This record gives sequence, C-alpha cells and structure tokens, in this order.
Amino acid sequence: MTTTPQAVRRASPRTRRKANPSVPDPSAGLLPRTEPVRLLNPDGTPLPARDDYPEPPLDALREMYRRMVVGRRFDVQATALTKQGRLAVYPSSRGQEACQVGGVLALRDTDWVFPTYRESMALTARGIDPVEVLTLLRGDWHCGYDPAARHTAPQCTPLATQCVHAAGLAYGESYQGRDTVALAFIGDGATSEGDFHEGVNFAAVFKAPVVYFVQNNKYAISVPLSRQTAAPSLAYKGVGYGVPSEQVDGNDPVAVLAVLTRAVEHARSGKGPFLVEAHTYRMEPHTNADDQTRYRDAEEVEAWRDRDPIARLEAYLRARGELDDAAVAAIADEAEAYAAALRDRMNAQPTVDPLSLFDHVYAEPTPQLVEQREQVRAELAADRDEEGDA
Amino acid sequence: MATMTMAKALNAALADAMLDDERVVVFGEDVGQLGGVFRITDGLQARFGDKRCFDTPLAEAGIVGFAVGLAMSGLRPVVEMQFDAFAYPAFEQIASHVAKLRNRTRGALSVPIVIRVPYAGGIGGVEHHCDSSEAYYAHTPGLKVVTPATVEDAYSLLREAIDDPDPVVFMEPKKLYFSSAEAELPARTAPFGKAVVRRAGTDATLVAYGPAVPVALEAAEAAREEGWDLEVVDVRTIVPFDDATVTASVRKTGRCVVIQEAQGFAGVGAEIAARVQERCFHALHAPVLRVSGLDIPYPAPMLEHTHLPSVDRVLDTVARLQWDDQPDTRWVAA
Repeated sequence: MTTTPQAVRRASPRTRRKANPSVPDPSAGLLPRTEPVRLLNPDGTPLPARDDYPEPPLDALREMYRRMVVGRRFDVQATALTKQGRLAVYPSSRGQEACQVGGVLALRDTDWVFPTYRESMALTARGIDPVEVLTLLRGDWHCGYDPAARHTAPQCTPLATQCVHAAGLAYGESYQGRDTVALAFIGDGATSEGDFHEGVNFAAVFKAPVVYFVQNNKYAISVPLSRQTAAPSLAYKGVGYGVPSEQVDGNDPVAVLAVLTRAVEHARSGKGPFLVEAHTYRMEPHTNADDQTRYRDAEEVEAWRDRDPIARLEAYLRARGELDDAAVAAIADEAEAYAAALRDRMNAQPTVDPLSLFDHVYAEPTPQLVEQREQVRAELAADRDEEGDA
Repeated sequence: MATMTMAKALNAALADAMLDDERVVVFGEDVGQLGGVFRITDGLQARFGDKRCFDTPLAEAGIVGFAVGLAMSGLRPVVEMQFDAFAYPAFEQIASHVAKLRNRTRGALSVPIVIRVPYAGGIGGVEHHCDSSEAYYAHTPGLKVVTPATVEDAYSLLREAIDDPDPVVFMEPKKLYFSSAEAELPARTAPFGKAVVRRAGTDATLVAYGPAVPVALEAAEAAREEGWDLEVVDVRTIVPFDDATVTASVRKTGRCVVIQEAQGFAGVGAEIAARVQERCFHALHAPVLRVSGLDIPYPAPMLEHTHLPSVDRVLDTVARLQWDDQPDTRWVAA
C-alpha cells in the first residue's frame, strides 16, 4: 500500500485543526490571564472595576487592613525576638502582608489552612495565639497550637509536602459530606518539588476542594525564580494538571482578596482545585540568619518599597472615606499593644519537661520507650541530688 | 478450618475491616479493578464500591501524603506500595510526616495509616522488585513495623494494624503470599509487641521474622539429624519489639542465631543481636551470630539463591556456636 501526500496531510493534526477551526481549545478556562490581576495601582488609586473580580466589601477590606498592620508589627517583633535570643530563628514575611492576611481572610473558620514556616503572620491573622505560633521557632516544642481545634496544619518545613496533605484532607472532608475547603500556602521555590506536582495532580484527579496559593516572593533563600522554572509564570503550572489558575499582584490587597475569594468559591462549589500565583517580594532576608547582600542589591529591595501593600490599601481606604487619621492611629496603637504583650510573654522562660519527650511518640509508649523514660527520670533525679548536695 | 493462602487471608482481613468500619478506605496503584498485582485487594472495589477501594495516580509520595490528609479528616487509610523499592519516593512523607505528626502536635493529630509493602525476595523478581526495606522503617521512631510469617498472623496482624491508633508499615513477604495453611477466620493471634515461639527447643534459639521464619523452621527440623534441638522465635512485630520473649528463650538455650533476609550491615538483625547480648550475656555460651543476606544490592534472579539465607547457611552458623567451648577460629587473629 502506498501513502499519498494527500493522506499524509489528512492524518496531520495541524491540517485537521486548520480544516476545522471550530475545535475548542482544551486549555480554555485553565490558563491564567497573561497579566496579574490588579485592582489598585501601587499608589492606591483604583483601576476600572471588572466583572470577573468584583471588589470585596469595604468592611472586609478594613478588617484586612487592620490585620495587615497588626501582622507587620508582629513580624517586626518576631525578628527583634531573634536578636534577644528568644527565638532560635525567624523567617520574615514582611512585604507579603496582603498574601498572608488575604490567604486566611478568604476562608471560613471550618476551612483548613496548610501553612509553611513563613506563614507565622497568616496564623496570627487567623486568630491563633502568637506565643503558640512561635513555639516552633522558640524551640520548646514543634507545633505549639492545636491543629485540630484551629483547622490549621502544623507549619510545614519539608517543602511542598503539605500540598498532598491538603488534597487528602479536602477529599476526605468532601467524602464525608462536609463542604470544607483547604488552602495550601507554598513558595515559588517549592513549586519545583515533586510533592507540589503530586499534590496538585491528586487534587485535580479527585476533584478535591483545594486552593494552592503560591506566594512568588522571587527568592528561594538565595536562588532567584529564573532557576526554578522556565514557565511563563508559576500560574501556568495549573494547565498541565487540568487545574484552572490565576496570577495576581500579591501586593495589591484588594486584588489578592478578590482572586482568593473566587478561588475558594470555585473549590467549594465542587469544581476541584484552583491555583493562584501572587507576585510579591520578600523584603527581609530568608531568615535573620541569612545574608541577602550576597545575592541581591539594596536597590532592588528599595524599588519594592514603593509597592508596599499596607500603604496601598491605606491610601485606597482613606480615599473611600473608610479610614481617617484617628482610625489609622487606633489600629497602630492596637498593633503596638499586640507586640508589647507578645514581647512580655516571650520574655518569660518557657518550662520544658524532658520526660514529655516520650509522651507522643506512639499512642502508648513501647516497652523500650518506657525503659528509656525510666533511665532519663533516674538521670534527672541524680542531677537534682547533685545540685542539692552542692 | 480451611486451607488458604496468605494472600487470601490478607484479602479477607481488608474486606472484614472495611465491613466493620466504614472509615476504612483502601487505595494505591492497580488496587481497584485489577485487585492489585498480587491480588491482595481482589474484589474489594466490586464489593465496597470505588469510593472505598480506588486507584490513584502513579505517585507513591502522593499516595502516602494523600493518606495523611485523609487520616486528618477522620478516615482510616490503608495504602498499597506496589513493591518494596517503589515505596522509596514516599519515604519523605513517611519519615517526616506519617511518623512524626503525633509527636509534632503533642497528640492533637494522629495518622492511623497502614502502609502495606510487599517486600523481600525469593520470587525471581527483576531488579527493584525484591528489596528488604524493613530497617529503614524500623529505624524511624513513630512507626510500627509488622511482618507476618503465617497465614493466620497475616489476617490477625493486618486487622490489628488497621485498628491501631498509630501508623503501621505492614511488610508482606512476597514469597509467602501463596504459601497455604489451615486457617480459621476471623483469626485473632497474639497482639502487637508479642513474639511467638514457633518451635520449642533446648539447645539454641533461632530468631527470625517474615520470610526467614520458614527457613528457620526448616533448619530446626534438619538440625535434629545433627543432634541439635533448636527453638524458633518468630518476631512478628519488629516495632514494638518483644525483648521479653526473645530474652527468655535465649536465657533458656544459651545460644542464639538471628536470621534475616535483608543485607546484614546495620540491619534489624544487628539490633536484635545487640539486644540479646545486652540482656543475656551471662547466660550465653557463645557469641550471638547472624545469618543475613549479603551486603550487596539485591542480585539478579539467577543469583538470588546465593544471597538469600539458606537452611545450609543457618546450619553452618549453628555449628559455629562453640559447642566444644572453643573460640570461633574465624575471629582469632592469625
């Protein structure tokens, strides 16, 4: 049998597509807009209203502003606590306040948050006691809050591993008839990890109600975004899994809340996961232990000060008559009081109990752990006797 | 009583657990319509529906991480790793989350997951299909590690694993899947943390688990011809480990050989030998010896018989237990 040139042309998908232009693009509705969604200019003046992302209610924006101001003050206080030796380390999220607060404000209390180590501000914005949030970084235990009671997973250090947990939890909740949404925070660097892909893929295949919220703050410690991906932007990673996605100006609080609100609605309505990439910037080093002069210029950091999310929202709310000097001052006072109370409480030396090391390895300790506990108990008793003799 | 295979007993344990507790969900690769490559989940999807028994994307870290989330939501996931070596992509999820969540959260969260791992060799599998990976899990605090050697234990230990409040790595010896025995289900044998004396004897103790137990029993029978009456202890649950039963046996016999199929260096058998030596020093007439796989990557099928502990190798080792009270010449400096 011979193959004619015509037959070859007929078999070519390119030719078929040309012959039948009505074949729909299967990626339609999955790709993000080519530009990040933005509702406010950097100076806080509003952009034209848009149908796809209606502006959130003004009272929600006022509350967002309040939590962002308190959150930043918390963040500054936490960094100060590292200098006083009260925290072993602190990864700041300064500059990312719109994302930190927007990520939790878009959720109900019954929804679940899967945070990373950089989400301390988000957790305090969720109403979790800041001392409990900082337990991990003070080092008196690992997770200081009750994840089951707060519907908030422990802050996750192994990068992207929480993406799969969020898929499982969200699927399990819907399996049991509850309309819970899970929101997984993740950074730009962690999108290179396998568990990010497996998590998004599992969520998509099982139509799990998850919002994957990537804070693209441009650096994974020192490594810039260009070493993480060759994709047009991280939001484009959704289409490969059949997951709709959006990119948003992460320093525009109004846009962040609008986009996340819609993403959460999408998930809750049974349409499966949604991927949001927020373009933001980490204003501080990776942690207090990092030296950012080795990998970025001061001018680059300075340029982002003009895009400060708090100043942007404040200018907008003032222009809308929702904030005045007195209200701004009252919120600033509240933030100061929050930080002062935190400082005082963190100045108290936490008590740790060496024997508690054996309490939660298993539901019931193994015979070997019972033996080791007895050994440690005897060591501690001997230490106390020596101190008593001295 | 009926004659059945270990595979059938495991299948029955899954089905009975799903029947008793609707929170139990079974998932993994090919476990749905196909019933698993070893047919351990055979018929579960047809019987319980594709919400209770389902296939997942082919991604082991995803499977275990998904199970973590499901457990957080209140379900009791039982996942299948298709083969021992295929579980390695899931190791981060297992070591960093499954094993630690209870501890990290002071008990506020627990993840009662069962991770079923068909393991070890003797089935002529090509590479990456026959690893003995139990030491990795046994070395990770927070995990229980269980491995049956009999048909009734396979049923009972799997039921207990699914009911257990802690995560359990359930290691299924592939070469025993189609071994059969008289069994009456639902069987409930000794609980977690109990080793069992499979054969009573007076002269030396063979300590074994999983695929090495039948080798130990066969060696004990063969040893009668040499005039040795050997006791065989089946460890059953590597974690939690039953020091009491093992110690009592060795104190009685005064000699001990630990048998495992895995490579020997830093293995579970090394831990057992150390524990026996610590606890039975004054009762021992000879050093505790080990028979293990060689310290090599798992060999190709046509060479695996050289690697695996054999009855002859066990008997040769028993012969070196200083019956004449003379030092082992292998360890004496020239």
